Amino acid sequence: MSTILHNPPLLAVKDLGVEFATRRGPVTAVRSVTLQIAKGETLGIVGESGSGKSVTSYAVMRILDRAGRIVAGSINFGGMALHGADEDTMSDLRGREISMIFQNPRAALNPIRPIGRQIEDVLIRHAQATHDQARANAIAALERVRIHDAARRYHAYPFELSGGMCQRVVIAIALACRPQLLIADEPTTGLDVTTQKAVMELVRDLTRSEGMSTLLITHDLGLAGEYCDRIVVMEQGRVVEQQDTAALFTAPAHAYTRRLIRSTPHAARTVRDLLPEDLRLPQPPAVPPRAAIAEPLLEVRDLVKAFDMPGGLLRRFTTRGNSGERTFRAVDGISFSIACGESVGLVGESGCGKSTTSAMIMRLLDATSGSIRFKGQELTALPAGEFARSPLRRDLQMVFQDPHESLNPRATAAQSIADPLRRLNGMTRTGEIRSRVEQLATEVGLPCDLLDRLPHQLSGGQKARVGIARAIATRPELLVLDEPTAALDVSVQAVVLNLLADLKAKFGMSYLFVSHDLEVVRLLCERVIVMRAGRIVEAGPTAQILAAPSAHYTRELLAAIPRPAHLPHHADEAKVARA
Amino acid sequence: MGQLTIILARCLQAVPTLFGIVVVTFLLTRALPGDPAAYFAGAAATPESIAEIRAKLGLDQSLPRQFWTYLKDLAGGDLGQSISTGQPVASELLRRLPASLELTLTALLLSVAIAIPLGVLAAVHQDSWIDQVCRFIVTAGVSLPTFFTGLLLIYVFYFLLGLAPAPLGRLDLLHVPPPQVTGFLVFDALIAREWTTAWSAFKQLLLPSITLALFTLAPLARMTRAAMLQALASEYLRTARAAGLSRGRVLMVYAFRNAMLPIITTLGMVFSFSLGANVLVEKVFAWPGIGSYALEALVVSDYAAVQGFVLSMAVLFVLLNLAVDTLYTLVDPRVRIDG
Amino acid sequence: MADLTYSPQLAAGAAPRSALARGYAHFRYVMTANPVTFLAFLLLAGMIVVALFGPLLAPHDPLATLADQALKPPSAAHWFGTDHLGRDVFSRVIVATRLDLLISVSAVAMSFVCGATLGAFAGYWGGWFDKLSGRLLDTIMAFPLFVLAMGIVAAAGNTIQNIVIATAIINLPFYARVARAEVSIRRNAGYVQAARLSGNSEIRILLMQILPNTLPPMMVQLSLNMGWAILNAAGLSFIGLGVRPPTAEWGIMVAEGANYIVSGEWWLALFPGAALMLAVFTFNLLGDGLRDLVDPQRRT
Repeated sequence: MSTILHNPPLLAVKDLGVEFATRRGPVTAVRSVTLQIAKGETLGIVGESGSGKSVTSYAVMRILDRAGRIVAGSINFGGMALHGADEDTMSDLRGREISMIFQNPRAALNPIRPIGRQIEDVLIRHAQATHDQARANAIAALERVRIHDAARRYHAYPFELSGGMCQRVVIAIALACRPQLLIADEPTTGLDVTTQKAVMELVRDLTRSEGMSTLLITHDLGLAGEYCDRIVVMEQGRVVEQQDTAALFTAPAHAYTRRLIRSTPHAARTVRDLLPEDLRLPQPPAVPPRAAIAEPLLEVRDLVKAFDMPGGLLRRFTTRGNSGERTFRAVDGISFSIACGESVGLVGESGCGKSTTSAMIMRLLDATSGSIRFKGQELTALPAGEFARSPLRRDLQMVFQDPHESLNPRATAAQSIADPLRRLNGMTRTGEIRSRVEQLATEVGLPCDLLDRLPHQLSGGQKARVGIARAIATRPELLVLDEPTAALDVSVQAVVLNLLADLKAKFGMSYLFVSHDLEVVRLLCERVIVMRAGRIVEAGPTAQILAAPSAHYTRELLAAIPRPAHLPHHADEAKVARA
Repeated sequence: MGQLTIILARCLQAVPTLFGIVVVTFLLTRALPGDPAAYFAGAAATPESIAEIRAKLGLDQSLPRQFWTYLKDLAGGDLGQSISTGQPVASELLRRLPASLELTLTALLLSVAIAIPLGVLAAVHQDSWIDQVCRFIVTAGVSLPTFFTGLLLIYVFYFLLGLAPAPLGRLDLLHVPPPQVTGFLVFDALIAREWTTAWSAFKQLLLPSITLALFTLAPLARMTRAAMLQALASEYLRTARAAGLSRGRVLMVYAFRNAMLPIITTLGMVFSFSLGANVLVEKVFAWPGIGSYALEALVVSDYAAVQGFVLSMAVLFVLLNLAVDTLYTLVDPRVRIDG
Repeated sequence: MADLTYSPQLAAGAAPRSALARGYAHFRYVMTANPVTFLAFLLLAGMIVVALFGPLLAPHDPLATLADQALKPPSAAHWFGTDHLGRDVFSRVIVATRLDLLISVSAVAMSFVCGATLGAFAGYWGGWFDKLSGRLLDTIMAFPLFVLAMGIVAAAGNTIQNIVIATAIINLPFYARVARAEVSIRRNAGYVQAARLSGNSEIRILLMQILPNTLPPMMVQLSLNMGWAILNAAGLSFIGLGVRPPTAEWGIMVAEGANYIVSGEWWLALFPGAALMLAVFTFNLLGDGLRDLVDPQRRT
């Protein structure tokens, strides 16, 4: 760790206030925010949604929305006042002295312009190269961000590149003129964890080698812990705490920080550790395990799903040398089983086929070949379109990933929960249905007075609970959870994970927990299956796989998870406990 | 897979469309209630002439055979005979086409020259006076009936102000058409160095093309504004701004070029509208193009002429759309061949 | 915990209302927030009243010809003047409202029902039905639409019914495309998948889950398209198709007045044209207002 000399800070934000004009009057997004970044330092701003972390960075760059205004405070960069600077001055500074990279790299690049030209534009604008040199400099910039075959990639368009490569191009554009400060706004959200590690290491190497300061904005405390020297915690538009990383994790001063640290799955030993003492629901009495049934609840054998590539005759003749593959095997022959009352995690990065697998098990999608036996019956015998009428539908339910999208915008929460009761349980009497809905709402911790609200009137966590209530309405035996907490804030995730654990214990359900996050899977699942490119790479008890993975890919996945040095890791605790 | 392949593929895709058009125009006239021969013979025909027409046009044969004959005639450029003038329809249409083209193209040029800058400025300076003007023009423009605008313009500029000439066609009574080179009177007169004729032709052209331009202005301005707004709010534009690119560059290269894509798509729709509105404008201004030819034919129930008109307008439209598609393919590198 | 008590938008203690009360409150909010939409609604209401009670409101008989009163400019006796046959223009404009609205509304209703159904099925089930209907729609769209309408009316016969049918046909692809797009987007949405898991049949999902969500954007298109339908119908009658004299209809009135504009008798063509413009304008404003209501991000 570099010693931070007490020079005047490179960036000094003092008492910053930002307001947005909305239909209902001005809304304060950020209030009395004070922070500094020294030269060569990496500062992290951590917060959940609505904390104002991104707004702060936009204010520094002066690229706020039309409706946003800086109403108070000052921003000083290298001695220059930014908060009142005019657009021409800012335009000179941006890209040359301060650069910014954003989330969603593919959308951040101009889709109809070759990437090399986009880098050139920045170089030429800030007079870092003449027109003749620009191309060579752009190729050099691509090589610096470790893109192979840079000279050929120069002509590529964003749609031809992967997400990780697009992010490298974005970094190349930002660092082309070697700015003093790089602002990274959630740069790795949405990227696979292995890509995330590669991108963060790249940023760290490039900025350290140039002596650049970095401002990293993220919701992931673990990520900030690994890559930042100091961390600022924000909540609801205010700075709550600001400390060196080590001090923050070992001795957090503010209650919110403590809660945030606690909710981060890295440190938790069990799922109940995610919540502070006062908020834990009483531990439900464990249902005695069902008499060990020899036959597994779900048995998948040699499951395959192949998709036809789109396009007709012409495409076949003109596909660019891609071995003329006409089908894409999303799931390439997998086999596994789930016993009664067991919780199994299905882990993999995007495109590995885990979502396709869960869709096939749920009979939303027909398999190309293979067998799925549930409770002894062959599920693939019935086509997906007719499964709705089968009596097995009741026992096989799903909790979806995006709570915002999985509720009908025109149905109240009660109506959404009641739907399976009406269709699958055949309940007709309004009073009966209503009382059952209220019972379910209580089980998931949703206050009954929220039942008559429409989805847009509910928060993310409340919508997640409605989705869970709907899924357990028919008391299914197997519940498939497809990234159920991926779209939620980390503190809300803690609550929902606890809820899921409690429900499982109470009703004796089996879970198939699909996720890209190994840490979350560790907390909820006894066994884990690792998938890659449609195949199973490794499967076994969670503790064993995480402690001693045998497959190379699993090792890669584990290594890519950010491990902040000062955040006590569950494995360390176990070691300490054993010692 | 080069762009040329994609363009060729699009041309091939136009073939079934053309076939569909031919089938529809055929069905429109043959699959009718009553006796098609009577329609083709005209209102004042005797039973003998009807029978004669029937035999001549092969209307006594089976439908598939008639279709085959129809196709053969089309391939040979034969669109039938006009009963009012006695001339072949195809040559009449060809003779009158330049007048309509001159009108439509001038109107489109005017329209694009005004609508696109207006839309861009309105999007860049949101909520300013120019934005309000643009929104007003768009809302008013889509509400105005073309024939009504034309009449209003005649009333104001000809009758009240005396600035415009009488709406009597392409040339006033004093001048003689110049020798035909392109068929466009203004150009032909300039080529022949007949300056007063050119000026007169230009003056006659002004009011009708403004009328037609007003009609196509609204959807173009609306789409330009919307597309620019979307481009300006996009994430790649945020990157460009954050990289400090100059305002001009950001606007033109990053926003406008991307906005051009939906604008080009709108052009196809605008062509459809203007080919239809052409008919109305030609009636109001007594412009001797194919639109007024069709109207004259309608009045006397000159069937073959109307059918020929519909077919040729449709073919023209398909070709125009093909040109628009090609332009789009050249601008957007993401275009691929699908199914 | 913040999560459980955080309740966006509803004030603490606000009781949930019935769907009707909610709908009315939302309507009132939109009307007051957007005066332009309110104006459009007023105009629409006015037009409907005139259409319903036209003949009762007209001061003179729209068909009565008075040769000695021909071509009189607007005056106290004849607010909009008289035409070349001595008929009162004001009465004719009023009475024509009913016919024009009837033509457009029936044409749009027909094409909406057929087009939306076609598009919804094509968007939901895809496959050969989608391809076939796509080809059909492409063929219609391959014609400049007004020209196609001319061709249809010329072929089928010069009657008002055929004007309606022709306008319906040329509007069909528009609704079909919108319906197909809206249904396609929602076909695999989370809540639709959830409905499948809840045991709903595919038809039920289409009718109960997807259609109610697609109706708002379709209503917007319907309103915007109505103006265009009115213009098309008037255009057809302007060139002499469909409506015959002495029927009072805006398009034919403008056509009759066109002959007199060069000699300065502007009132024959202006008033029916202005009425036409007002009607189209109302529907366009309404459509814009509805669009803002439904999807504020797409405000133009």
